[in-house]
Amino acid sequence: MWTILRKDLLLEFRTREALSALVVLMLLVLLTFTFAFDPSGAREAAPAVLWVTFIFAGLLSVQRTFLLERENGSWYGLLLTPIDRGAIFIAKMLGNLIVLALAQCVLLLLLMLFLGVPFPAAPGSLLIVNVLGLIGFSALATLFAALSVRLRAREMLLPLLVLPLLVPLVICAVEATRIVLAGGDLASTGPWLRVLVSFDVIFTVAGWMLFEQLVQE
Amino acid sequence: MTVAQEVVVEADGLGKSFGRTPVLRDVSLRVARGEALTIFGPNGAGKSTMLRLCATLTRPTVGRLRLFGNEAVGPEVRRRIGVVSHQSFCYPDLTARENLTFFARAYGAAAPEQAAISWLDRVGLADVENRPLRVLSRGMEQRLALARALLPTPDLVLLDEPWSGLDATAADVLTGLLATAKREGRTVITVTHDLDRGLAIADRTCILHRGRIVWEGAVQPASEGQGGVGAARAALDAAYRRVTAPVAA
Amino acid sequence: MTVRTRVAPIAEHVLPYAATLMMLIALWCVFIYAPDERMQGPVQRIFYFHVNCAWAAFLSFFVAAGASGLFLWRGRPAHDHLAQAGVQVGMLFCTMVLVTGPIWARPIWGTWWTWDPRLTMTVILWTIFAVYLLLRATAHDDPEIARYGAVLALVGVLDIPLIMVSVRLWRGMHPSVISAPEGKGGLEDPRMITTLLVTLVAFLLLIAWLLWRRYETLRLRDEIHTLEDRLTEVAA
Repeated sequence: MWTILRKDLLLEFRTREALSALVVLMLLVLLTFTFAFDPSGAREAAPAVLWVTFIFAGLLSVQRTFLLERENGSWYGLLLTPIDRGAIFIAKMLGNLIVLALAQCVLLLLLMLFLGVPFPAAPGSLLIVNVLGLIGFSALATLFAALSVRLRAREMLLPLLVLPLLVPLVICAVEATRIVLAGGDLASTGPWLRVLVSFDVIFTVAGWMLFEQLVQE
Repeated sequence: MTVAQEVVVEADGLGKSFGRTPVLRDVSLRVARGEALTIFGPNGAGKSTMLRLCATLTRPTVGRLRLFGNEAVGPEVRRRIGVVSHQSFCYPDLTARENLTFFARAYGAAAPEQAAISWLDRVGLADVENRPLRVLSRGMEQRLALARALLPTPDLVLLDEPWSGLDATAADVLTGLLATAKREGRTVITVTHDLDRGLAIADRTCILHRGRIVWEGAVQPASEGQGGVGAARAALDAAYRRVTAPVAA
Repeated sequence: MTVRTRVAPIAEHVLPYAATLMMLIALWCVFIYAPDERMQGPVQRIFYFHVNCAWAAFLSFFVAAGASGLFLWRGRPAHDHLAQAGVQVGMLFCTMVLVTGPIWARPIWGTWWTWDPRLTMTVILWTIFAVYLLLRATAHDDPEIARYGAVLALVGVLDIPLIMVSVRLWRGMHPSVISAPEGKGGLEDPRMITTLLVTLVAFLLLIAWLLWRRYETLRLRDEIHTLEDRLTEVAA
């Protein structure tokens, strides 16, 4: 599994396509929100803007990890190896996670810049909340990207498939982020955090088990 | 006939349909260890599908397929299979060396970097080892694919139109490596249009047409001299024409 | 499929009549037997349909998820047919919930929509399975489509508890939002409870029958296609 992860990251940083496109896309969506919102209300909406921007931009870039494999049939090369399918899923998920995490850091900084959100009192908590949200998103998005990549209408279908399922994540991540940005620490995020963690665990395991089903022919 | 004939590939009444379109029908064959089988057939006969079944990339819809005596497909089975296709199955943005190292690791090779380098030498790609696959010629790409497939020293080598798009040099390298593989006792199944080359490396041949095996033949061992291959070629030609004629008419 | 052959006679001959009969009884109960609710008046009777549609939808979706799991495990087309039937029937009742909800809400609370946790959850569920139907419709020619659908159905149902908890938490934060009374809305009169039970049984029979019919339709359609293919093959 680490082999694949290493390879994917190597590929990613070699071409740097996904990361740069992702960052630019996030920037543009963020700008759109900035212009759409009344500046005084913008700070209130910051957590919401963060996650909505991130999810939409993230969905567009998550398919890349599978599209990469279609050229030259390298996907088959991968399937032929003795590597367990579940391990392939985890590797892809982590690969996505890392790219998304980097992009989200940039997004957070931009958010603070544009919307005047103050640097939080407990940056560690903010980090943890974000990472937890990222994990859940990455798990679901990676699983369904494996599915949508094989269909013609792939760009349209992935958001359709994933967005309804992400609702719990959105609700909890936004609220937890709001609490932490307002100066609370991890403990005060209480139930939101718990649900977030459950979400992450359930869908990582589900993805790990179901991935095999989506790659069979 | 060697004494202990382990049956590497055993197919019984194999059928494969994609959705409702049947591609293979009632295919039964046995390939023993060390044998070289070449499957010929016109386009759409189901040759590639047959190969993919043997490669564990897909599962039969009906019938039974046993690889190394196992019906279940697991990592141990996959580890013993190497596949060369007309696509290289390698990553275009990685260098030749990185590609091989990756696959070496994926197959659990003991010393992946060394194995990668040594194979690059064997297929004559040592001087382009640090160039990304994207910029290499088709012949070089296929040589890399060959290295990728043979690096884990597979017991079963599967080839799907391996000579397609290759120039004479690359084709010779391929044939040479296959001959070596045969000598080393590996089982080889080739699927191709190329009657001459396909025959040159074969012990047995068969023709697949519309998903069924319609003809089988054996190639006389090399000790019989050129006559053996020549006769086989003639028989194959005749059978091929017989089989494909109605389609042309 | 032996389960089917055992179920078929009952499903074909007994179920439709039982369902119809129970429904008639249920209708009588709802409109005549049950009294008017004190605060809401006659409009409250919609509750019996609304709640049962919700339960029916849930049950169907669970059947779909269970069948999907079986399909992924065993690969029998019959399981896929049942899964599809489950989603289709579930969507029917889900839509009914979303229609009866506003009809109930308007006269009582003066607004068409309330972010009541259960209604909210139903919307989300509706979208998840609407995508399922969309997926199967657009990609029907992909040979692995049944597998994709099964994964989606399973993941969708896995998501349900998470959706429930998070929506409740979310709603708890917006007390100013008009909300429908949670729970049974105070069923004081024992006749109401009887009515509820009667309608429940009626709906259960209805779901069973609808699932059966959809399953049969899908199964037969598949059989026809297979026979058609065989004919073209023989002719070739």
